Amino acid sequence: MEHQNKTAIKAVCYHCGEDLPKVKYQIADKDFCCAGCMAVFKILSENNLCNYYVYNNAPGQQFKNEHHLEYLDESKIIDQLLDYKHESSSIITFYIPAIHCSSCIWLLEHLYKINPAIFSSRIDFLKKQVTISFNHNEISLRQMVETLNQIGYEPLISLQDVVKEHSGSVDKTLVLKIAVAGFLMGNVMLFSFPEYFGLSGFEKQFQSLFGWLNLAFAIPAAFYCGSDYFTSAITSLKHRYINLDTPLALIIAVLFLRTAFEIIFSTGPGFADTLTGLVFLLLMGKWLKQRTYHHISFDRDYRSYFPIAVTTLQNGKEKPVSINEIKIGDRLWIRNGELVPADAILMKGEAWMDMSFVTGESEPVHKVLGEIIYAGGRQTTEAIELEVIKPVSQSYLTGLWNNDNYKNNTEKQNFNDTVAKYFSLGVFLIAFAATAYWLLQNDSHKAWSAFTAVIIVACPCVLALSTPFTLSAILSVFDKKGFYVKNTDAVEQLAKCDTLIFDKTGTLTSNENAEIGFSGVITDDEKIIMASLLRNSIHPLSRHILKALNVDRFYSLRDYKEVVGKGLTAIINNHSIYAGHLSMLPIAVKATSETGVHIVIDHVYKGCFDIKQQWRSGLVQLILKLSKFKLLVLSGDTDKDRLMLDTIFTKKTTIRFRQSPHQKLDAVLQLQKQGNKVMMLGDGLNDAGALKQSDFGIALTDNINNFTPGCDAILKGNALNFLPDFIQLSKDGLKIIKTSFAIAIAYNCIGIYFAVQGTLYPLVAAVLMPISTVTIISFTTLATRWFAHKNKLI
Amino acid sequence: MNILYFLVGCSILMALIFLGAFFWAYKTGQNDDVHTPGIRMLFDDEVVAEKSEEDHFSS
Repeated sequence: MEHQNKTAIKAVCYHCGEDLPKVKYQIADKDFCCAGCMAVFKILSENNLCNYYVYNNAPGQQFKNEHHLEYLDESKIIDQLLDYKHESSSIITFYIPAIHCSSCIWLLEHLYKINPAIFSSRIDFLKKQVTISFNHNEISLRQMVETLNQIGYEPLISLQDVVKEHSGSVDKTLVLKIAVAGFLMGNVMLFSFPEYFGLSGFEKQFQSLFGWLNLAFAIPAAFYCGSDYFTSAITSLKHRYINLDTPLALIIAVLFLRTAFEIIFSTGPGFADTLTGLVFLLLMGKWLKQRTYHHISFDRDYRSYFPIAVTTLQNGKEKPVSINEIKIGDRLWIRNGELVPADAILMKGEAWMDMSFVTGESEPVHKVLGEIIYAGGRQTTEAIELEVIKPVSQSYLTGLWNNDNYKNNTEKQNFNDTVAKYFSLGVFLIAFAATAYWLLQNDSHKAWSAFTAVIIVACPCVLALSTPFTLSAILSVFDKKGFYVKNTDAVEQLAKCDTLIFDKTGTLTSNENAEIGFSGVITDDEKIIMASLLRNSIHPLSRHILKALNVDRFYSLRDYKEVVGKGLTAIINNHSIYAGHLSMLPIAVKATSETGVHIVIDHVYKGCFDIKQQWRSGLVQLILKLSKFKLLVLSGDTDKDRLMLDTIFTKKTTIRFRQSPHQKLDAVLQLQKQGNKVMMLGDGLNDAGALKQSDFGIALTDNINNFTPGCDAILKGNALNFLPDFIQLSKDGLKIIKTSFAIAIAYNCIGIYFAVQGTLYPLVAAVLMPISTVTIISFTTLATRWFAHKNKLI
Repeated sequence: MNILYFLVGCSILMALIFLGAFFWAYKTGQNDDVHTPGIRMLFDDEVVAEKSEEDHFSS
């Protein structure tokens, strides 16, 4: 007992913080959970890098298996990866998912201490990227990646270059345009103040100076900052429809023309202040709309999961080849833990494929010689030889992305564009009516000023602002709860959904909390016997069970035999022991489940180890709250959980099992044809097609750093219970937008009252616009907070 | 009051300089990563390693 108390104080690994097993590793009075963690500590202490452990407790990552990096010696692949190469120095950027704390930054920016050939390294923490410049004559790319692997920071090098995908995601010119617009607005306001306060006779000499300056500032505001609105308006008119940018472009043009006329002919001060203010606010709204999470990627496809290269056999020799160059007929050499990148036929070896990417089923599938193995399968046992029958891009799984019938974006018209049509029509009617009236009165001057004033004052500016402001406020409420939506447009789609499809594995169940359970009774001594057997196997299940058994000593064994992928047998302390698949056992056993690792000791069946899936908590309440939606469950798994699902879901719910990725996609298509707006919740590549096709695809993940397939939103597993509230808030958001539209109309009516009389003084326009804008922005912000509070999200 | 012509010119020039400074900063990527520098500046310098160098100079 005393011994146990002692270990309880520091029972975690000094490096990675994992719980210590009973057989622990020790060096310099520090405990480690495995040889890997200890090795990392050794390297760091040898290089005087132990400050790594100062900034955070146990900042390390558990060491993973060895990797084959031969492909990093291929010059073609190196060129693909490098950002920059010059005589003796190269620069490369890696995506390293393990980066998670300040210690990581510290260590990775001190790489030069480990190897002097590395000049410097810079981390972008949010993007989890490290940019390294190094001397490629002294250290090869492969050596550098090996160095990173040794200290536990394995870069993720995949077919879809995550690093390059990120750059350029933000519209850089927009920010510059906002800066210019802000500069112009500030200056124009400054030069307009004298006009607002009235000029004395003495100051009149400056009036034309300020006027001309304002005109000079209005030119870049209209034609540089506002250029996007003109191009957008012209393209939409060419396609014979009106979007929100059309009236906005018209207003910018009218404001500019009238300002130019008034100043050139010295008839008035013009509307340069309104123009620059308008452009600035519009661009701000646009920026809010474009803003997205730059550290989360929503557009991943199979290429992010696939490695950049694979080992091929050419005349019996191993040669790494870039995946894009794989041809039909190539021989692939797939080792334990590697992914099959293209549909292929098994030629040599025994294949136990983990097909969870493709089917969602976690149990490895046995394949015999001559069978087709689909791309996306991961080999779990010995190395195998395959012959490619389809190139990567046309394989069964990857074909999901080449499907042509993905959602046609033209139909995605949002509230703004629909309203813009009627709005523009109304404004034109009023403007022409006012002009006609004044023309009948033979007052052409007033007709012109009434026409322009109506268009200026009836600006749909508020429309262009209230939507991004409301929706981005909702986005920030969401992301505090662990729900990351791609952009503001997606929130509108979320509000419209009426059908929800759930995947089972990883969505309704949690992969993270999967526990090894044992059905049966065993004594402590038998535990040690089993552990002694299992520790000789490298099969992942054996490792898992070994960890769960957690014994402190082992017996020696003889006659050890392993049938790869099937099971183990040996004789320990004169007990014969078998562990593995049912067909492996020496006696016929009536077991409750076929899967799992069955144990027989001395011809007596002891029981079975099984990975128990954990259902997410609160599912019943969640489904109850979602009862007004049409619900479906599409599982790639077998129907072993049918009973459980029946208790969670109501009878109306359609529950289907053994669904292939293509069947899931078809199900979504079918529902959409019936006029439903479909929301899909899934987690793996097997849901990727359905996620992409659905109107709103949510990828569920327990760890936000994990890879998720392309989707509209990423939801943390523990936030699943908030889903009904999220949907409700997005609906409330649309309500807020509509209300703010009503407020804007009220303001417009005041403006139009002056405008039709031809007496709109620039000051009124200049005051009315900011007031209405401020009202709308504060209204949307407060209303969003209120609704979020009502839905218990803050 | 003619000094106003000069002052207006100065104010515009100043504003243009600041605008140019922003353009330069933005284009050279100074706003790309606004999170990491905040953490980086909290790291201590390693005193131990530099001591040996000091000795080297004094001898």
